[in-house]
Amino acid sequence: MTFLTKTAAALLILTTAACTNPDRLGGGGLNGQGAAGANAGLSGAASDPSSPAFFNQTIGDRVLFAVDQSTITPEGRAILDGQAQWLLANSDYRAVIEGHADEQGTREYNLALGFRRANAVREYLVSRGVPAGRLEVTSYGKERPIEICSNESCYAQNRRAVTVLSFSAITS
Amino acid sequence: MMKRFLSVLLALMLAGPVLAQGGPLRLTITDGVIEPITFAAPRFEVETPGAEGVASDISRLVVQDLAGTGLFREVPSTAFISQITSFAQPVAFADWRAINAQALIVGAVAVSGEQMTVKFRLYDVFSGQELGQGLQFAGTTSGWRRVAHKVADAVYSRITGEGGYFDSRVVFVAESGPKDNRQKRLAIMDYDGANVQFLTDSSSIVLAPRFSPNGDRVLYTSFESGFPRINVLNVATVGRQQLATAPGEMAFSPRFSRDGQSVIYSLSNGGNTDIYRTDLNTGQHLRLTSAPSIETAPSLSPDGSQIVFESDRSGTQQLYVMSANGGEARRISFGPGRYGTPVWSPRGDLVAFTKQNAGRFHIGVMRLDGSEERLLTSSFLDEGPTWSPNGRVIMFSRETQGATGASSIYSVDISGRNLRAVPLQGGASDPSWGPLQP
Repeated sequence: MTFLTKTAAALLILTTAACTNPDRLGGGGLNGQGAAGANAGLSGAASDPSSPAFFNQTIGDRVLFAVDQSTITPEGRAILDGQAQWLLANSDYRAVIEGHADEQGTREYNLALGFRRANAVREYLVSRGVPAGRLEVTSYGKERPIEICSNESCYAQNRRAVTVLSFSAITS
Repeated sequence: MMKRFLSVLLALMLAGPVLAQGGPLRLTITDGVIEPITFAAPRFEVETPGAEGVASDISRLVVQDLAGTGLFREVPSTAFISQITSFAQPVAFADWRAINAQALIVGAVAVSGEQMTVKFRLYDVFSGQELGQGLQFAGTTSGWRRVAHKVADAVYSRITGEGGYFDSRVVFVAESGPKDNRQKRLAIMDYDGANVQFLTDSSSIVLAPRFSPNGDRVLYTSFESGFPRINVLNVATVGRQQLATAPGEMAFSPRFSRDGQSVIYSLSNGGNTDIYRTDLNTGQHLRLTSAPSIETAPSLSPDGSQIVFESDRSGTQQLYVMSANGGEARRISFGPGRYGTPVWSPRGDLVAFTKQNAGRFHIGVMRLDGSEERLLTSSFLDEGPTWSPNGRVIMFSRETQGATGASSIYSVDISGRNLRAVPLQGGASDPSWGPLQP
């Protein structure tokens, strides 16, 4: 990793990073807009097992976490097993795993915690055979809650890692 | 921006001895309960036609600055016995003593086109002496707020013996929209919420801006790539550069070193977050922590030799101090609850922090050995303290709870007194208080 400033190199790396994120399917949150983590507006019917809609709705695109934890729960493992199978069967897709936290925490810590959660999901998917190069991670910390009440029923939904698909001809 | 530089043109004629017999006017700021110093500030004298408006504006803002500290209390003009009709006339101290004004601020404003000059004197009423020397400022009439802040800073400084903080700016995150689709953009304001200017648009999330020591640049975290990255923004030109970060890494929580030449920040890789330091000129970087836990929110001591940061290596977020070059860290927070976002005070004597305990958030301060912990606030969600240039006041973010929750910026002094919201249109968070302006 080279850390340069005031040079074009910084922009070059940024551009490279952007290229590994081709058009994402759904309002997954590039540029932070509407980054609720939902793969909304996808093509394909949920009844088609090779469709992103099937991935999002039937398998489930997200796993939830306990307070201040990044351990994958048994329910989460079942969902991720399904995600891994789907990703192995549909090798044209890549994914960015977005980690999120509830609002009960400081901004910086929650960013780091979201990253831990996203990474836990990535490691699990890799352990199930998904090529690591197809999976990126990011964290939104507490910046993008999907439920906005201030009690546990909402917090539980916000402590999540969402696997956001993107279609890509780029091979990893 | 930065165009209205003020200059202290000249000190007016020397006053008599500054220290009068019988005890000069002096407010020593301590942690105990203090009785505010009373002051009178008659409207500044209008020396030229057309200066009435700006004279009134400046007088009012000087009063607002001083009274807003909680350390000073205005004696209203309705109580005045004598009026100040001329900046040069001798002061009838007995008339001001009679209404128990301990300090008297006298000023005059002359306007010529867009230029103005502002003079002021500060009197210690009970000793019958001028406190310090008269000062004159020159500037444009559109810069009247800065002139007023400079007058108030001089008054504050002469009476407390400490530096002021009124002529300073704060960079922050302006917020709009509901919690699940919040728009965030960088903005800058005067310390009192005036003169808000936006530095970025809201096309991507921005977080936690941090001023450089001299206020020329701002570090912040941006999501424009979809991944947290650190940007450096030039305040005058609004030009931006991004610190290069390898794919797969997230960089956030940056702060400038005290010389403004390097950045300390958090870098996450493989789910682990540690603290790094990068030289902005050479690009050389140094890893300062190496632990499987979360290490973030680093803040340097004023002499640049040490870093206070937060880590959950013990199992929960706690505060630690280590050398600026890394190495062994010692834990300093031991009370109940979790501690985060430590910020070393500009005086070096205290660290401000965010504390979570029993479902509440607090802004607090403690000494660097962890002693004398003092919680200054308590709410559903307070976080992210930043120090005034003189180390006497802390600003922070407060978010209210529930679906309609919104963020505001508050200030509180380090004794826990004088909690107040910074008046702003719309939501605001993550303040970073810049230096006193030249």
